[in-house]
Amino acid sequence: MQETISFTPQLAASPIAEILWLIPAVPMVASGVIALLKQPKRRTAATLAIGSLSFSLLLALIAFVHVLGEWAHGGGIRETVNFTWIQVGSSHVDLGWVLDPLAAVMLVMVAFVGLLIFIYSTGYMEHDENYTRFFCFLSLFAGAMLGVVISNSLLLLFMCWELVGLTSYLLIGFWYQKPAAAAAAKKAFMTTRVGDVFFLLGIVWFFAQTGTLLFYNSGAGSLEPAALATLLAQHGALGLTAAGAIGLLIFAGAAGKSGQFPLHVWLPDAMEGPTPVSALIHAATMVAAGVYLIARVYPLMQAGALTGGTTTALTVVTWVGAFTAVFAALIAVAQNDIKRILAYSTVSQLGYMMAGLGMGGVAVGMFHLITHAFFKALLFLGAGSVIHGCHEEQDVRRMGGLRSDMPLTFVTYAIGMLALCGFPLLFSGFWSKDGILEAAQHWSVAKAPFYMLVFGALLTAFYMTRQVGYVFFGYWRGHKPAHESPAVMTVPLAILAFFAMALGVIGTPAWPWFRAFLDGRALAFHMDGFAEPGLIALMGGSTAVVFLGLGLGWWLYGGQAPKPEQPDVLEKAVPVPWVWLHNRLYVDEFYGVTVIAFYEWWGRVADWLDRRVWGGAVTGVAWLFRGWAQLNRFLDTNWVDGGFDKGCEELATGGGLLARVQSGRVQTYLRLLALAVVALVAILIWSSRA
Amino acid sequence: MTPLAGYLLVAALLFAIGLAGALTRRNAILVLISIELMLNAANLNLIAFWRYGPHPEALTGMMFAIFSIAVAAAEAAVGLGLVISIYRHAHTTDIDLMNRMKG
Repeated sequence: MQETISFTPQLAASPIAEILWLIPAVPMVASGVIALLKQPKRRTAATLAIGSLSFSLLLALIAFVHVLGEWAHGGGIRETVNFTWIQVGSSHVDLGWVLDPLAAVMLVMVAFVGLLIFIYSTGYMEHDENYTRFFCFLSLFAGAMLGVVISNSLLLLFMCWELVGLTSYLLIGFWYQKPAAAAAAKKAFMTTRVGDVFFLLGIVWFFAQTGTLLFYNSGAGSLEPAALATLLAQHGALGLTAAGAIGLLIFAGAAGKSGQFPLHVWLPDAMEGPTPVSALIHAATMVAAGVYLIARVYPLMQAGALTGGTTTALTVVTWVGAFTAVFAALIAVAQNDIKRILAYSTVSQLGYMMAGLGMGGVAVGMFHLITHAFFKALLFLGAGSVIHGCHEEQDVRRMGGLRSDMPLTFVTYAIGMLALCGFPLLFSGFWSKDGILEAAQHWSVAKAPFYMLVFGALLTAFYMTRQVGYVFFGYWRGHKPAHESPAVMTVPLAILAFFAMALGVIGTPAWPWFRAFLDGRALAFHMDGFAEPGLIALMGGSTAVVFLGLGLGWWLYGGQAPKPEQPDVLEKAVPVPWVWLHNRLYVDEFYGVTVIAFYEWWGRVADWLDRRVWGGAVTGVAWLFRGWAQLNRFLDTNWVDGGFDKGCEELATGGGLLARVQSGRVQTYLRLLALAVVALVAILIWSSRA
Repeated sequence: MTPLAGYLLVAALLFAIGLAGALTRRNAILVLISIELMLNAANLNLIAFWRYGPHPEALTGMMFAIFSIAVAAAEAAVGLGLVISIYRHAHTTDIDLMNRMKG
């Protein structure tokens, strides 16, 4: 869609690019140190984690300002630092890191949101006995995620990617005493593994074709025109070029990590983890890693596109994203767990990002990623604050009327909710979502994604209004009265709320700072950016949709949320679709009777084979050798031992006989001597005669 | 019959008598005496072979015989000493009873 932009290759990296590796390394080292701390060293652990991430944030800001400065001097920069990791004969595997606008923006976002969530966690996890372990995992996560962001090599990215998956597993299962948490951790790990297998296949294929995994290497990198040209010349499977096929494989990995249909099932279950984890990993950063990955390999995804056209890979990304956006939003309507609603919302928004990448390019998708990171982290932290205030209650039906009990949480949550809904003008979500809708409107392949995304926006406004109506309006339906959270939790909320509103400024049509920055183009303030044909109509339309959703939600749930025992308003109105949506459209059950049933069956087959066939063969061989050993034993005892014993007996007898000769009688000896002499003489005479 | 053959015959007879005595007598003293007889038979041979040999003028045979007699005297002294000490110990000179050095 967008024209290819050439970044000026920077031969000598700047000092900040040289030390960019410190950004992920410092939190990782901090995590290692925390791992060695004793459990009661809570303050030290938190200080180390927050301190190291603050340092990373500082470096990230310096890097960001550096990139900004270079951009102001004209054009985007892309500085890489590469080194050879493994050398085998003439082939070698290189790793490296890259500093470009994309990485810089992402670095600042991850470090900043991460830092706020770290601070929030000190309040949220205050009463947990494994506080130290929690910060160890969080730090490791932050390091790995920052590593994903700065990687200039698909392999290094994959390593950090897997580390991120590991910490996600560890943190979902943080309360491993809860069987649900342990199961959710396992599910998350295995579901993302499905995507990662394809991703790894893509990496291997990519390496086989281009001979390098570096993205940018002054002309020799795998994302640079020379390598892409060879990939386009190759034919993959099903009429795809190699570039398209590899792009789809990498997208499978991204879909696993970013919870795209059909691999979305792990993300809602991941809410079993502590809420700061849900905010940091399963809303703001890790799940966005898939989107970031697609943005990072965008030249590959886009390779072969004609002007204004699109590629198969991008088309697939778009359709999967648009479908996921609607699908997850539908399910979110009928959930009752406050975090589960947000989880499905996250899946849906990730679908928007993917669709934005597929139709509008890097800037459109990434802008939504950044704004979403802020307001979704805000919503999750707000939800955490609500859960904390309601004594670990997560069912929205047992809440209500919290706007007076928790005013700070309410105000910030409302801001996050309006940003997510895309409330016009003031909130960042409006601008980023409109960017995606605008791209969808102009998409040349099909118009359906546009209508799907508009419908998704309607649903988003509706389910968020429903949730807020349940939680903050009406009357208190819980047991113990709720209380407001401490300042250490509400201050990060306030900061995030500020950014949830303010970030929209950098991506308005009149001043598309974000897009220009990512693309490395000059920026100008044009009020007539709004004058593009159809844009005002689109914005008006999406505003109308948002208000429709808000109004519907308010009409059904505003101030009159039912008690837990009573059925939901929608459930009374449309019971059958409600049950379907409430049960998450039975995707888990479908996997239960297909994939999992198949593996159970296969497990049984393997077990049977193990016991009967392989086990039987092993037992047979064992029997054979036992028989052989018995035979050997028989031969030993009867033949070898018997023969030896007999020989010894004979020797003893012979010795006895000879011993009798030595009788001690001198004359016997003399007689024998005389006989011997006679015999000797006889022999001598006889032989001399012959 | 040459004189040498006569001497040798006498010496052989003497040796046979000595051997028979040494192998058959039970008294240790008599066994020693029989051994002396055999030695003397050997000495008689030495003298005879010297006297009727190629160089009767050299005194080699005589010297040999005198050495032999001297050694025999020493040997008889040792043998008698042993016999006396055994007799003191076991109060007998019967060599059939002296069989404690058997294997």
